[in-house]
Amino acid sequence: MTGDAMHLASSSPRASVPAGGNGRGYRMVLGLLGLVYASTVFAGFLAPNDPAAQNRDFSFAPPTRLHFVDGTGRLHVRPFAYGLERVRDAEGYEEDRSLIYPVRFFVRGAPYRVAGILGGNLHLFGVDSPGRLFLMGSDDYGRDQFSRFLHGGQISLFAGLLGALLSLGVGVVLGGLAGFYGAWVDETIMRAAELFIALPWMYLLFAVRMALPLQIEPAEAFLLVLAVIGLIGWARPARLIRGIVLSARLRDYVAAARSLGASDLYLLRRHVWPQVLGIALTQGALLVPQYILAEVTLSFFGLGVGEPVPSWGNMLASLQRYQVLSSYWWMFVPGLALIPVFLLYYALADALHQRAAVFSL
Amino acid sequence: MKKRLAGLTVALTLLAAVSGFSQAPQKPAPSSRDSRAPSFGGQASADRLVSAAEVGRSGGQLVVIERAEPRTLNPVIAIDIPSKDIVWRTMADLIHVNRETQQTEPALARSWSVSPDGRRFTLSLRRGVRFSDGDPFDADDVLFSFQVYMDEKVASPQRDLLIVGGQPIAVRKLDQETVQVDLAEPYAAAERLFNDIAMLPRHLLETPYKEGRLAETWGLRAPAEAFAGLGPFRFKEHVPGERIVLERNPYYWKVDRAGNQLPYLERIVFTFVPSEDAQAVRFQSGEADITTRLSAANFAVLLRDQGNRNYELLDRGPGLDYTFLFFNQNNLGEKAPQAIARKLTWFRQLPFRQAVSLAIDREGIVRLAYRGRATPLWGHVPPGNKLWVNRSLPKPGRSVENARQLLQKAGFAWKADGALVDKEGQPVEFTVATNVGNTERIQIATIIQDDLKQLGMRVSVVTLELRALLDRPLTTHEYDACVLGLGGGDGDPNSEMNVWLSSGNTHLWNPGQSQPATPWEAEIDVLMRRQLTTLDAQLRKRIYDRVQELVAQNLPLISLVSPSVLVGATKGLGNFRPTVLDHHALWNVEELFWRRRPSGAPQ
Repeated sequence: MTGDAMHLASSSPRASVPAGGNGRGYRMVLGLLGLVYASTVFAGFLAPNDPAAQNRDFSFAPPTRLHFVDGTGRLHVRPFAYGLERVRDAEGYEEDRSLIYPVRFFVRGAPYRVAGILGGNLHLFGVDSPGRLFLMGSDDYGRDQFSRFLHGGQISLFAGLLGALLSLGVGVVLGGLAGFYGAWVDETIMRAAELFIALPWMYLLFAVRMALPLQIEPAEAFLLVLAVIGLIGWARPARLIRGIVLSARLRDYVAAARSLGASDLYLLRRHVWPQVLGIALTQGALLVPQYILAEVTLSFFGLGVGEPVPSWGNMLASLQRYQVLSSYWWMFVPGLALIPVFLLYYALADALHQRAAVFSL
Repeated sequence: MKKRLAGLTVALTLLAAVSGFSQAPQKPAPSSRDSRAPSFGGQASADRLVSAAEVGRSGGQLVVIERAEPRTLNPVIAIDIPSKDIVWRTMADLIHVNRETQQTEPALARSWSVSPDGRRFTLSLRRGVRFSDGDPFDADDVLFSFQVYMDEKVASPQRDLLIVGGQPIAVRKLDQETVQVDLAEPYAAAERLFNDIAMLPRHLLETPYKEGRLAETWGLRAPAEAFAGLGPFRFKEHVPGERIVLERNPYYWKVDRAGNQLPYLERIVFTFVPSEDAQAVRFQSGEADITTRLSAANFAVLLRDQGNRNYELLDRGPGLDYTFLFFNQNNLGEKAPQAIARKLTWFRQLPFRQAVSLAIDREGIVRLAYRGRATPLWGHVPPGNKLWVNRSLPKPGRSVENARQLLQKAGFAWKADGALVDKEGQPVEFTVATNVGNTERIQIATIIQDDLKQLGMRVSVVTLELRALLDRPLTTHEYDACVLGLGGGDGDPNSEMNVWLSSGNTHLWNPGQSQPATPWEAEIDVLMRRQLTTLDAQLRKRIYDRVQELVAQNLPLISLVSPSVLVGATKGLGNFRPTVLDHHALWNVEELFWRRRPSGAPQ
């Protein structure tokens, strides 16, 4: 009987994963997210320009319009961009219709690295110099917003993902320990968690930044942001996991297994972990957007990676200025981009939650 | 007296030169002409100063935006801009620097004379002048005011200026209308000493001063009756956190050409709006009549919207502020860590600083950070400082090529990836610090970062809170390079003694030296001390020209740009002629008037 119960508890979920609609939606969400992340990883290839290259004659240029039909009514097979000219004595630009720059694919341009290892200078598309292609406009320094957006995603999206993994990892371990062993272990860890939740993390980060030397590499700044959001964020998942572990530990079949001499490790692996996994993943999917937002917030306040390395947060920082806020709509794009990314994560959390519900039947 | 007249002629010539960029309706020369105006109602013996400005009409109020509440209403200790802006509308001095001509002119002193050795000034006071509470003003008030300003316990920021040749100036009363001032040694532009020394009412302040309560007596919470001044307006009301209201001083000592008593305006309301952006929005919506110190970015926004709104915007051209980059050239001695000591050896090399200066795209800075509303600089005196700028300084164009040659000759080299290394093969990496919240300076630093990348230098931009930032060059010396600005004052070189003397505590790149560290710093020391006691104005200018030359050659400060003074005002404000000197739009507040009501309805 007990053997059957154990068997059921552990093996039935595996047998009952539905192969239907839910699984497909889940795979689609995962696929889309993978696509988003891949596009930032391969930002160097996808982006036509060097994200740090300044074009001082084209500050706050609006998004480049792509045309198929030129001034004479002739249809072009390739989309093309006109040359850009500053309007004299005014803020703004107009197209110079005498200059036509067709969009070319697989062009050689600014050198880049993919994931810090693979070097290259081949870009998916671009226009010949001196033409400019600013698909999402340009910023104060005339830097291509589209290229900065893709490169900035590397920082923002991965800070969120890695931060969530870190805090979830710490949270699962500490929450699991607290829930499983109870007594003073539980007491210590949970009080510590409360302490961390009560910490004003923004001020903590200010303090940490003050203590560091003036010059800090973008990579260091990234790790710092990651460490802070990850290590401070462990408390909430830890509390959740503790609750689940605690309830799992007190189930009759677990008590029965223990009375039959099952080891802690066996109980954890066989009875507790399957229950925790689904919840932890769901929690993780909910944490990622929170941490993406945390990175954006920190960079917005100048505590993230520094210039000229882009992140969505420091790209949005220029909106703190009234002039930018009131004049250049394309500067909002990194903020708007957060919405679909968050929706994807919430959809993922939803899908994971349903799977978890099936798991813990 | 002769001296003053000579000054006036220069002032008029200069005025002709500047009137070209005034967009306001042209007025006759604004400098005031001294006269005894017996026509003034009731006070036949009163000495009135007749303003030469356009005759206006009385009434109306002016709403002015300030960035913060004033810290004090006491002119003796006022140091922040809001305090000065407000307090000086209620105060007056003996001899005044006309903010438009940048020359001295008579104020409460109707005239003055200087002894041939330049050490004794005799000032005749205007007769029949009354404080805003109706009490008469005389030589005793002058003596009292100087006593307060020179009292160490009061800690007035102007006290240092009143110490000439190591000794406080001596002020004596000859009679009720005449005071004599003795200086320990001749002092160039000595009549400027009297500028911005407010004449205080002895009858109100003597008791609190003796009891050591001066600061509180004219603090923010003091009632309106506690104040009296000689300025065009007087205190009426203070609503904490919201506004300060000044009302017309009925006893003011200036009249217009038609004999009407000034000021024209009934009231000035100062409102407090903390952020620069919020100020622009308030002004745009018509909630304020005057906004000064607009950023170029906000100026652009307001300019675009000007057609739909009831305001005018003025670009007065470069002011007295100048923004610059400087490197740490302190001698940190043995205690300095290896890494910092190595950087300091780069920074102390002139070719290194020259190369940096050559590589910086000043035009780009003007275009990007200031939307074109600034002037590139190659010397530390901006063109806005009309009397002192050395126009013959060379203006080498940007040349990355020349910069690289200079570096190469100085022993620097480039690695295969383009990174610059010094003689020992160490990569050239340093930080440029500037203050949080100053968008333009941060943009300048970012542009410099990108420019120096072309020389193979790896620069990071660091932003710090202003006080923490200033602490580094002035106290701890833990920094590589900074972007900062200097300015204000009346443009006279004396106001920057502390910056240029090698012993000065704001000698930014290497403050408080016991001995000048370099021959050129020694030469600047000599020149600055010499100009201080040179009475011949032309010789003084030549001396200061040489200082500018030495600074431009040795680049302790790499001058970058001088931002333009940008102001806005509701349409129809008569005599509105903002200046590049401090008090920009308010310097002639007694002459401002509404051609029609601010609402747009004709009066």
